[in-house]
Amino acid sequence: MLGSLEDAKVLAGGQSLVPLLNFRLARPQHLIDINRISGLDGIHERDGGIAVQALVRQAAVEDSEVVARICPLLRDSVRLVAHRVIRNRGTVCGSIAHADPASELPAVLLALGGNVTAQSSRGRRVIAADQLFRGVFETSLQPDELVVEAWFPASPQPYAIFEESRRHGDFALAGAVRAGDSLALFGVASTPVLADRADPARGLEPSGDLEASPAFRLHLVRVLAEKAFAA
Amino acid sequence: MRVNGVEHSAPTDARRLLSDHLRHDLGLTGTHVGCEHGVCGCCTVLLDGAPVRSCLMLAVQAEGHEVTTVEGLARDVAPLHPVQQAFHECHGLQCGFCTPGFVMSVVGLLAQHPDPSPQQIEEGISGNLCRCTGYASIRRAVSRAVELTK
Amino acid sequence: MTTRWFGAPVQRVEDDRLLRGKGRFTDDLGEGALECCFVRSPYAHARITSIDVSAARAMPGVVAVYTAADLPFGGVDLPLLIPHPNLTHGRTQRCLASERVRYAGEAVAFVIAESRYIAEDAAELVQVDYEPLPVVITPEVALKAEHLVHDDVPGNVAAEMTQEVGDVDAAMRAAPHRKRLRFRYERGAASPMEGRAVWARWSAGERTLTVYDSTQSPTSIRGGLAVLFGLPESNVEVIAPDVGGGFGPKIMLFYPDELLVPYAAMQLGRPVKWTEDRQEHFTAVNQERGQVHEVEVGFDGEGRVLALGDDFIHDGGAYTPYGIILPIISAAQLPGPYRIPSYRVRFRDMYTNATPTSPYRGAGRPHACFVMERTLDAIAAELGLDRVEVRRRNLIQRDEFPYEVGVLWQDGNTVVYDSGDYPALLDRALAMLGPKPAGDHVGMGVAVYVEGTGVGPYEGAHVQVLVSGKVVAATGIPSQGQAHATVWAQVVADELGVDVRDVEVTGGDTRRFPWGVGTFASRGAVTAGNAMHVAARIVADRAKQIASDHLEAAPEDLELVGGQVRVKGSPDRGIPLAAVAVLSNPVRYAFGGGTEAATQFTAKAREGPPLHDGEQPGLEATGYYSPPGSAWASGCHAAYVRVDPKTFRLEILRYVVVHDCGRVINPLVLQGQIEGGVAQGIGGAFYERLAYDADGQLRNASFMEFLMPYATEIPRIEIDHLETPSPLNPLGVKGAGEAGVIPVGAVLASAIEDAMGVSITEMPLSPLKLYELSAT
Repeated sequence: MLGSLEDAKVLAGGQSLVPLLNFRLARPQHLIDINRISGLDGIHERDGGIAVQALVRQAAVEDSEVVARICPLLRDSVRLVAHRVIRNRGTVCGSIAHADPASELPAVLLALGGNVTAQSSRGRRVIAADQLFRGVFETSLQPDELVVEAWFPASPQPYAIFEESRRHGDFALAGAVRAGDSLALFGVASTPVLADRADPARGLEPSGDLEASPAFRLHLVRVLAEKAFAA
Repeated sequence: MRVNGVEHSAPTDARRLLSDHLRHDLGLTGTHVGCEHGVCGCCTVLLDGAPVRSCLMLAVQAEGHEVTTVEGLARDVAPLHPVQQAFHECHGLQCGFCTPGFVMSVVGLLAQHPDPSPQQIEEGISGNLCRCTGYASIRRAVSRAVELTK
Repeated sequence: MTTRWFGAPVQRVEDDRLLRGKGRFTDDLGEGALECCFVRSPYAHARITSIDVSAARAMPGVVAVYTAADLPFGGVDLPLLIPHPNLTHGRTQRCLASERVRYAGEAVAFVIAESRYIAEDAAELVQVDYEPLPVVITPEVALKAEHLVHDDVPGNVAAEMTQEVGDVDAAMRAAPHRKRLRFRYERGAASPMEGRAVWARWSAGERTLTVYDSTQSPTSIRGGLAVLFGLPESNVEVIAPDVGGGFGPKIMLFYPDELLVPYAAMQLGRPVKWTEDRQEHFTAVNQERGQVHEVEVGFDGEGRVLALGDDFIHDGGAYTPYGIILPIISAAQLPGPYRIPSYRVRFRDMYTNATPTSPYRGAGRPHACFVMERTLDAIAAELGLDRVEVRRRNLIQRDEFPYEVGVLWQDGNTVVYDSGDYPALLDRALAMLGPKPAGDHVGMGVAVYVEGTGVGPYEGAHVQVLVSGKVVAATGIPSQGQAHATVWAQVVADELGVDVRDVEVTGGDTRRFPWGVGTFASRGAVTAGNAMHVAARIVADRAKQIASDHLEAAPEDLELVGGQVRVKGSPDRGIPLAAVAVLSNPVRYAFGGGTEAATQFTAKAREGPPLHDGEQPGLEATGYYSPPGSAWASGCHAAYVRVDPKTFRLEILRYVVVHDCGRVINPLVLQGQIEGGVAQGIGGAFYERLAYDADGQLRNASFMEFLMPYATEIPRIEIDHLETPSPLNPLGVKGAGEAGVIPVGAVLASAIEDAMGVSITEMPLSPLKLYELSAT
């Protein structure tokens, strides 16, 4: 369907899309509600990691025993996403496909070296995290592709996620995800970015907004990265 | 869709938000609209028992699901639900606009955690805005609700 | 009369319907009404060269589209609510702009359709051609006057006012120490959870207009509609049903919709309803808090203030519908609880291309408190003295009341504090605060404030005992969550000796009580509360008079207890209040309910006609209270905070409030008011601000970016009370609605300054601001 309709958007959790519709900032001609497709709401252990299908709600990941066992970094991260009421509808794959540079889950996928499986009428393909995020709300997904699954490798020890936000549940002004020796940052560039623990701010040119200047973001990056590697 | 146990058909206009459908098509005005961008929580209802923002759902998406609004907690003059009773005892509301959203969120919280820790309570009420109470009495109401449901 | 209900933590009578979802907020009502949407200016300043609504009018489902040209009152400026001789260049907007817009959000067209969805679709089709003009944003820019907001207002100055007590110049010259300080407060918004809404019905047959409005003053709306539409007041009914928070901006009138919705109902012959959405609330609803103060203070080596001069500019926005009340309040409240022998204050109310300003909880007092408290901290720092001690040395003492400050107050009188005990507030707050927590980066803040409450002109109340024995009461002012129905019931129940649950109170409905002013400025308890007391007292006296004939006892030997009128000392000699109500209305026909006792062949209690001269049937009375002056509440807040040295996150470790609002009617309600006020204060100090860019665009017009605190951002607050009754009113009460919010900015600024060792002269703050301050 996605392939055949012009100007269509997928509606899964809707927690990011519907506000845009209400503001009349997003005005797609068609909405494709995938919530009733069966067989897309599984969490499975696979290849040593966790596969999360398209309709898995963030709350389900938060409550999942298998996620807690195999990828506790993912569980800790999903707890930072907005508030529980939002997580009851929002999906993990939706958050990743939405690619808000200040959101947690894309950075977790990147830090762990995970991937997504994209499906279209033309077939399936696997996209590694470091090939997926292209810009603010921009991914390398084609307009007719649907993310049917996200795969998160098992979280190595030690792992950590820290973020600074103004209020509980807000988008991060800056965030750091540590997965073993790997460090990913969010909220400080147009996409989540991998960084060097020795010099996490190197090469970064974060933007400024009402709550954080570029300098403040760089400062927070150093503070959060230090915190992540102190554990 | 079933709303408070009663079957209803969904609206024909796909654009209709669930919050508007509940309020204006079904006459259940207890669910309030404060922002329409999912932040304030005044529109919170239960979808299959879990709290969701009704302003972030299209009404048609509720087809095949069970929606519970504040009106579904205590019909007509039936005694108040323990969460409602607790809010009353603890002065947990002033203007009452955010209240149904809070009540439904707390009902959902206690369904998941019948004996919540202070941290779980804080997390459970942290997604709703109140401009009147400063939240202190709401915290007290949640603790009281736990007592009343034991 | 034994006081049973006054002072008791009675649980609210309002709760049941609100908890069940049976509240009646304006948008809950008016099913089937036409719905509306505004077209608003996206430009902060522009000339309108054309407006084309033809495409919008043609859309199916659209019933009408109004521009100024379509309105008989389209060329009429909306009322200037509070004139003042110093407001030499007051300007108000028109209902719909047609030539010029002066703030982003100003209304240009009004679309009425079968549904809001269609109205919004049609609004997008309205074509307005704008020629942008230079934008004046911030009062400092306005003062430079490189560009004008109104062509005929030189210097962008709407009003200028200077007041002086004592001789500041002489005292300043003689002062051993002098300091100059500058303070800046940015705009904030009240942001009640319920936006504004208006629903109107017109009955052509009866020529009656009925309007439901989420307003804080139905009586004023009614008066204005009657004048504007040429209707007798008695044909206009305005009701504030349940209102989901007011906090000030709903005392502003007239918003364009308050005229357009009733007009449309009358023109179209169908009920019409408009409900705003949150985004338009941010620009279309009044705001306040923008001021810049230049202070000079002269003091001695002990930290005592000898002379204080303040020159401030007030950000008035694009129009001045509310006059200059806000800067008048700031000017009046600046000295606060302190003795300032010589004080001079000048303000200029500046026009800017932003949303007009009118009171938001605190209404000019938070700025005044901030300036005074920061000044005292600066004095302490300069002299190396303890900040608390400096305050003690300057506080007005308990034997100095009534205390004349000598400047103009918002009711037209001069400021005179009626009663208080400021040193006790400070002492008790510090005792509650306790010792400083261990650890780095911890600071302490304290602030003492006064609040002028209970302004007039008056409020009224009607109280009636029904033949069933139940009591109904009504007043003109509405509630927005302050539990009026419970609190007034307590006052009435005490006078009449009935159970508080047997008193049903209605407010804010001109059909039930048509006279009054409104709910604002912490005045409800003082004015309406005392009016209820007056009316109930008259009813009680009448009841005793009627009962005395039947009990053969003098009225002064009777008391009202337990729903009875009975002889003092002989509790078995009594007559139910319900029966007295029956007897108060001599009838020919007994229609049940015990009324046979009042018919002509039952025993006559007294000589003469059934109604003597001057008597009226029924056990009811109307009473009024008009305050001679404000009742001055006061309080002290103190706090410990910790500022994280790396993230600049603020942690409030401890927050205490000692509060004096005179005698307390319902401590549960009062606690809620203070807890809510402090939360709003914390929001305004550290989270919320209105971020206008240089083009006058509000960059954060949504709850995602206008950061109101959730529960996780608000700490536990400890509250204690002092009671210095007001000698000015029979109940001895003072207002409490705004108290929680007034000193919060000052307290947090003081504490953060103490924790970080940087100078704080601005509000609001944020981690970003603190990071930047620490880097300099």
